[in-house]
Amino acid sequence: MARTRYASDPGLIARMGATMFLLGLVFAGLIVGLFYILDLYSSRGNSGQTTSTTAWIVLAALIGVGSAFASYYWSDKIALRTSGARLVSPDDSQDAARLHAIVDRLCALANMPKPRVAIAPTSMPNAFATGRSSKVAVVCATQGLLDKLDDNEELEGVLAHEMSHVAHKDVAVMTIASFLGIVAALLVRFAFYSELFGGGGRDRRSGGNDQNAVPIVLIVLVVGMITYAISFLLIRLLSRYRELSADRSGALLTGRPSKLASALVKVTGEMARIPTRDLRTAEPLNAFYFTPALSNRPGQFSLNSIFSTHPPLEKRLKQLDEIAQQLGR
Amino acid sequence: MGFLDTILGRTKPAPPNLDNLFGLPGAALTLEAGTDFRPTGSGSVCFRATEGRAFSDIEKDVRDLLAMGGEKPPEVSTDSYGFTWLVCHHDPADASGLVTDLHAVNSSLELGGFGPQLLCTIMAFQDAGGRSLGLVYLYKRGTFYPFAPQSGQRRDNALELQIRGQIGDDLKVEPELNRWFPVWGAPGL
Repeated sequence: MARTRYASDPGLIARMGATMFLLGLVFAGLIVGLFYILDLYSSRGNSGQTTSTTAWIVLAALIGVGSAFASYYWSDKIALRTSGARLVSPDDSQDAARLHAIVDRLCALANMPKPRVAIAPTSMPNAFATGRSSKVAVVCATQGLLDKLDDNEELEGVLAHEMSHVAHKDVAVMTIASFLGIVAALLVRFAFYSELFGGGGRDRRSGGNDQNAVPIVLIVLVVGMITYAISFLLIRLLSRYRELSADRSGALLTGRPSKLASALVKVTGEMARIPTRDLRTAEPLNAFYFTPALSNRPGQFSLNSIFSTHPPLEKRLKQLDEIAQQLGR
Repeated sequence: MGFLDTILGRTKPAPPNLDNLFGLPGAALTLEAGTDFRPTGSGSVCFRATEGRAFSDIEKDVRDLLAMGGEKPPEVSTDSYGFTWLVCHHDPADASGLVTDLHAVNSSLELGGFGPQLLCTIMAFQDAGGRSLGLVYLYKRGTFYPFAPQSGQRRDNALELQIRGQIGDDLKVEPELNRWFPVWGAPGL
């Protein structure tokens, strides 16, 4: 067997494993906690209250499973629809032919089935890959990316990154990971509404029992909120690790880490200057992320860095530098 | 890709399979018997040169190795997709000598640890009417497919399918048609 130059990064793998373990732990904690609360309350004779709470929890879990499955199963269609991208064949245009040629070569190098190829008519340089399996996967580049990266090898670096997402089955992994967050968020919402609207008729029979002064709904609300907050941070952390792995696999596949690095600089340089979302459609929480006063000060802890789905540019460039050194050895 | 690789987000590089390459001389004979196509005596190896000194050293070794054989030294060119092509020329009648040369390139790249960088090998054919045909070997699959380019980035699919029927007994033909990717402007074709 010939020696290999493809060292994996044990540190990255260990951190990713730990993140997933923690997510599983939080999920187990949520289940155990809910059972414990229900058990505690039902043993005190509030059977009516616990039954309705159990019903919400089951409903939240069912909706969570349903929406996670839908976004997993139709991930390619949803992404194509929301981005307005169009599947292209090599004869459609010069750009389509170029994209197909690069994807063809990457597939032959990596020995993976060819994904479908799409172009989104957006001027923002960006790319995405989606699809539940490599058979129905779609790799999409925006028109802006095709215009911006006139160097084939830079474009290839970006596409290799996206195809690594497909090879790593990131759609499945992130869907399972975010399932916990969806359920926790639904629980919070249900508990909140039932407290708001159902609160009046609550607890008439056991009204005199002051040991139960804290209604079960409030406890579920708090548990759900804590779970949601922790799982949100863990999912974002996991997403950043998956991005780093995709960078790594993509760079090793093409053998040109510095081309991917220069593409990243070009693309993120452009993206950082232009806001991506219409001000009116921006989520209210987004305003919360942007803390220029904090992130501008050097050495300060930046909220941006623990909330974002992608690692900071410097971190990605540093990893690519290391790979370039490895390949040269 | 195993389950663990999926969970941990890593890919194992695809190793090349070099052995099936030696089926090419037999296929050349079959093509001569059954069709008008004859080997042109040129064959090419396409690979992705990685950054850094390690790869340049190996590239140089390969060229030296082939030049030692006393034949015409291989031509080196880079295409617009950043892949390097080494084109070997041989006496058209000596198909197995050509394949031996191509195999030497492959094995030195593989020994240097760059097996995953190999893309494909093409053996060129031509018929009396000047139509060209390449038998393309995909290292990662260990399979062959015919590629018949026409002018203006079109390919003669009918001819390709006809050739597939011819060489089916000699070579392992790639069963998935969507992996028969076109290699426009491949040197030597």
